[in-house]
Amino acid sequence: MRRIISILMENEPGALSRVVGLFSQRGYNIETLNVAPTEDATLSRLTLTTEGDDKTIEQITKQLNKLVDVVKLVDLSEGAHVERDMMLIKVRAVGGVQRDEVKRTTDIFRGQIVDVGPSVYTIQLTGTGEKLDSFVVAMSEMEILEVVRSGIAGIARGEKVLRLKSS
Amino acid sequence: MEMLSGGEMIARALEDEGVEYIFGYPGGAVLHIYDALFKSSKVPHVLVRHEQAATHAADGYARATGKPGVVLVTSGPGATNAVTGIATAYMDSIPMVVLSGQVASHLIGEDAFQETDMVGISRPIVKHSFMVRNPEDIPATIKKAFYLATSGRPGPVVIDIPKDATRPDLKFEYHYPESVKIRSYSPAQRGHSGQIKKAARLLLSAKRPMIYAGGGVVQGEGSALLTELAQKLNYPVTNTLMGLGAYPGTDRQFLGMLGMHGLYEANMAMHHSDVILAVGARFDDRVTNTVSKFCPGAKIIHIDIDPTSISKTVGADIPIVGPVQSVLSDLMEQVALLQKKDPQLPDAAALQKWWQQIDEWRDKHGLWTGRRYGESDSIMPQQVIESLYRVTQGDAYVTSDVGQHQMFAAQYYRFDQPRRWINSGGLGTMGFGLPAAIGAKLAFPDKDVACVTGEGSIQMNIQELSTCTQYKTPVKIINLRNNYLGMVKQWQDMQYEGRYAMSTYEDSLPDFVKLMEAYGHVGIQVTKLSELDAKMEEAFAMKDKLVFLDIFIDRMEHVYPMHIAPNGSMKDMWLSKNERT
Ligand SMILES: Cc1ncc(C[n+]2csc(CCOP(=O)(O)OP(=O)(O)O)c2C)c(N)n1
Repeated sequence: MRRIISILMENEPGALSRVVGLFSQRGYNIETLNVAPTEDATLSRLTLTTEGDDKTIEQITKQLNKLVDVVKLVDLSEGAHVERDMMLIKVRAVGGVQRDEVKRTTDIFRGQIVDVGPSVYTIQLTGTGEKLDSFVVAMSEMEILEVVRSGIAGIARGEKVLRLKSS
Repeated sequence: MEMLSGGEMIARALEDEGVEYIFGYPGGAVLHIYDALFKSSKVPHVLVRHEQAATHAADGYARATGKPGVVLVTSGPGATNAVTGIATAYMDSIPMVVLSGQVASHLIGEDAFQETDMVGISRPIVKHSFMVRNPEDIPATIKKAFYLATSGRPGPVVIDIPKDATRPDLKFEYHYPESVKIRSYSPAQRGHSGQIKKAARLLLSAKRPMIYAGGGVVQGEGSALLTELAQKLNYPVTNTLMGLGAYPGTDRQFLGMLGMHGLYEANMAMHHSDVILAVGARFDDRVTNTVSKFCPGAKIIHIDIDPTSISKTVGADIPIVGPVQSVLSDLMEQVALLQKKDPQLPDAAALQKWWQQIDEWRDKHGLWTGRRYGESDSIMPQQVIESLYRVTQGDAYVTSDVGQHQMFAAQYYRFDQPRRWINSGGLGTMGFGLPAAIGAKLAFPDKDVACVTGEGSIQMNIQELSTCTQYKTPVKIINLRNNYLGMVKQWQDMQYEGRYAMSTYEDSLPDFVKLMEAYGHVGIQVTKLSELDAKMEEAFAMKDKLVFLDIFIDRMEHVYPMHIAPNGSMKDMWLSKNERT
């Protein structure tokens, strides 16, 4: 089953490589990875998705918790949560018909065209991983030049928070 | 406040930390540190002959004393040479702090002379690592390193120090913190009381109990409590290779080591048990044999300081995360409470039957039964360890290398105390024995320290004979000489129809007696059983001399019992070349 593990960790050099290294060292796979600083400059938030049975996920979370740089973590897939992936996709768009078709599909998916060239469009789209996948399928008639995705970022719904001091 | 340079702060911080020995080797990136040590430090430094030996010696010191081992190496090749020793310590959870030099900050990333990414290389084999960015952080970083190395599940910590951080001309205020807090690190202090209550109930309901204790009991100083608990309940105990000495080896309740080369009775009792109390052990593949067939009828209570050790391979029915001492004392309290309520616990009749069964196993297949493949006066390896045991009265610190000799030592030297048996269990590092013996001997100069080795292993760090000369560490080297990489040969006998691919070197071995003389030590050859005891005594009588006993043993002997793999269970063992369970 796919899991979304969200980690609060020290914003220290080397911290990210410890997390990523753990996965390759122990033969776990990372499907997506997203990492950025938080409102507290000393902490970063890392969200990763991985596949595994319960036993593997239990080991993964325990091993992650054991890393000295990891402050706290949560398996978001255990409860209600919001997850978002962001995609930038550059497609070939030449001539009125093709350009209209790209615009139409983008509108249906509530995407935005963020850059326009004489023969290309760059579209930005945000949503769950599945939504982005379907968009790529929908665009498969077009010539896709580049796909860039942020990887999933997630947060629990409601009062539950992942932060240094639990309120 | 005192103003010190980065190098001086390192020297002082090690002193303030109470470090007794630094094991190391100098080079360009650490020369400021060496100069600071030279000028001011009260901490003696042991100059090894290869950085691998520095880590093993620090490791041997740590295992013998329970205190962290300290290593100082230069950048590049100094650091990479230390890697095997760091991995060895990591696998066996040994507290160690390794200070490695690094090229100056402005050169990092430029493939500078002797630059290597030590933090990167060591990442999978350390508990944690630091790169010093600001010299003023040195004292706090060192404090944190010692705290991490020694608390929770111990392990090696690397501090990588760019040369410019140790410059003698830049001075900083020195203050060594009393204690440190790391907000993202809080090892368990107590076990969960509800779990401990459940564990006490299960433990007392056992009809065929087993206590399976590992290196965590030694590391966590839990031996006395474990022994008390086992003896109160009259439950049988087995120790892992890492746990030997955690329970007295000569006690009736001790069934010996378990696992691949574990004793028949230990493996049989594990397999047939109904409740296993696992303490500070990690159900390693060399213990369990095929995991899916592991102890089918047993409910498992697993106590460990590290949650990742629990249910990693074998699932625990009652997991308890906590330090072995506090959990065992809480457990004993709960056991006593339950027994007060119900004095019939545990079931005495069942226990008596269980002991009868165990005694039957014991009688059926004790250890070595006198088989012999060579001449009648040829020396069997087991007899060497028995002789060593007699002559040292079971009171030596015994280090070992890796191979058949290691298993014979583990099986036949009955360790009554923790920390006396010093071997690389997890990584299985040949070359560990001699430097580890140096560390143990420096820690306990008045004790006998023996390194049980093979002619293969000893050559992996034989250069340390020179260190022994320099620091006058008169260890005794017990070389079980079979002229083979014996353990490799054993596998080739058993699985490759005796094709000895690269496991022989008979014609090219050095004359060890002459070699010892060249270093200023004593070498004695032993070829006959009739002279074994006398020569062993002679060696240990030379208190101030390193003596190398080159003991020619039966070349064809194998280590038994041996688990049958793949697909075997705990109870499936070869008992000799042609006998199996
Ligand atoms: C550094 C290292 N390289 C290789 C091995 C694999 N290995 C395990 S036992 C062994 C043979 C050891 O021979 P020796 O030291 O003579 O001991 P014996 O088995 O003959 O007692 C080897 C090569 C190892 N454990 N460590």
